[in-house]
Amino acid sequence: MHGMVNRALQGFLTATYGPQVWAEVRSQAGLPFDDFEAMLRYDDRVTLQCFEAACQILMKPPNTVLEDLGTWLVTDPNLEPLRRLLRFAGPTFADFVHSLEEIGDRGRLAMPDLDMPDVTLDRIDPVTYRLRARWGLPGIAPVFLGCLRAMADDYGALALVRLAGIEDGAECVEIQLLDAAYAEGRQFSLGARLS
Amino acid sequence: MTGLPPAPDRVIALSTGVLDHLMPMHLWFDDAGRVVQTGPTLAKMLARGDLAGVPVADLIEIRRPARARTAADLVALAGQRLSLTLRSAPDLPLRGTIAVWPGQAGAILDISLGLSFAGAVAAFDLTLADFSPCDQTVELMYLYEANASTAALSRHLSERLEAARAAAETQALTDALSGLANRRAMDLEIERRLADLSEDFALLHIDLDLFKQVNDTMGHAAGDHVITHVGAVLRAETRASDMAARVGGDEFLLLLSGPVDRDGLARLGARLIARLEEPILFEGKPCLISASIGAVSSAGYPRRPDIDGLLADTDLALYTAKRTGRGRVVLHGDDTPPPRGRRASDPTARAP
Repeated sequence: MHGMVNRALQGFLTATYGPQVWAEVRSQAGLPFDDFEAMLRYDDRVTLQCFEAACQILMKPPNTVLEDLGTWLVTDPNLEPLRRLLRFAGPTFADFVHSLEEIGDRGRLAMPDLDMPDVTLDRIDPVTYRLRARWGLPGIAPVFLGCLRAMADDYGALALVRLAGIEDGAECVEIQLLDAAYAEGRQFSLGARLS
Repeated sequence: MTGLPPAPDRVIALSTGVLDHLMPMHLWFDDAGRVVQTGPTLAKMLARGDLAGVPVADLIEIRRPARARTAADLVALAGQRLSLTLRSAPDLPLRGTIAVWPGQAGAILDISLGLSFAGAVAAFDLTLADFSPCDQTVELMYLYEANASTAALSRHLSERLEAARAAAETQALTDALSGLANRRAMDLEIERRLADLSEDFALLHIDLDLFKQVNDTMGHAAGDHVITHVGAVLRAETRASDMAARVGGDEFLLLLSGPVDRDGLARLGARLIARLEEPILFEGKPCLISASIGAVSSAGYPRRPDIDGLLADTDLALYTAKRTGRGRVVLHGDDTPPPRGRRASDPTARAP
């Protein structure tokens, strides 16, 4: 996996549970270095070993850890640049959901060799969508679950998001858009980085 | 695509709402060069309230390919790629193009942010909704931010690698040119030997004679070649338990394990000098050097000195060797204090 993916796992564990937990994970996974480097690539085995060690040490089911990781990606103040990149997808949460099929291309636009999931989106009824995601490692759906719930909050929209099983090897998430203007969302100013 | 007039048989009606939707940064002006209407995003950028009837030239400065003040000037530029600025933001060059309406309806100027997109989005406080979904400006903004983030990551990686390289260099124990140990490694070894009272050792301070002349007359490449050769000689003359180090441009230290008596030291020193005096071929030409050696033996001290004292004694012996003519070995104890004001590194103390 790309260093960014590994770095996200490390960043999530360190930010949420502290450097001590990351040190334990590192030691249990037999990682021969202190930090993942965002611009390098690592064997998938290394990513999985770290993730499995994290679940054991935290005593949490894998899906819970992955969902929390997805939430963290959107909500951590240090990852504001990433939240901003996600918000470029559209002015409303519905636009954001409609653009999810582009997420692979968007990710690769930022970083051409990034492992991004392949996503297809089907409309079930006027407010319900089913997202099917394929990725190099298992567990992309719970990451989407955390990420999408956090993005709905970010837009101030009310949406129900839930895991919807696995179909033909694709992990599924169901999204129900209930109220686009449910609450005050977080601000997104297109030119904020410059002002 | 230049200057195509609309085909008169294909005239269609566009509501102003359609114009606003398709071209949120358009400006429709009449035959007198006055604003009829502007798209919502351009209106936001111009920030002037009601624009109807305002002369285009009061709002916009066309810079390339030609200046335009009157309606006729503007119409003459129809179909071309225009470079322009808003009077309210003269530092942000924008892009535009003009198309003429059929009949007497005037013309339309459509504008895009061009390469000023990042500055313009910030200056005019534009949002996602200000752009047509077909306008790639938002994707450019996305890319612009993504680039800044990944560039920062690359820079951090480079900085960390540079720090690691510098750290590795200070921790390095080898002199790259001679292949011998460096000063740091030798100091560590001397400290270790001084602390180990169970075994005596000897230390030779070797300073090349005539090396500067080789560098000056035959060039630095020849000098480097000589240093490499000296490294090979010292390696060949030492055992695995000894250590040879290059500790200066043309200075070397040789640490010999085990007890060495004074005659043995003198013999070894003389042999080294003889080996070093053999001509060293560089590009077919001989380089001639010699060496002066100052030596100490730990057995010569009733109590072991510290490293500074030991090195000072080898320096003193070396100084005496240099002072009494090149190509000599002087053992500590045989030397005499140097006259005041002269140092071993003083070039006047070297061989002629």
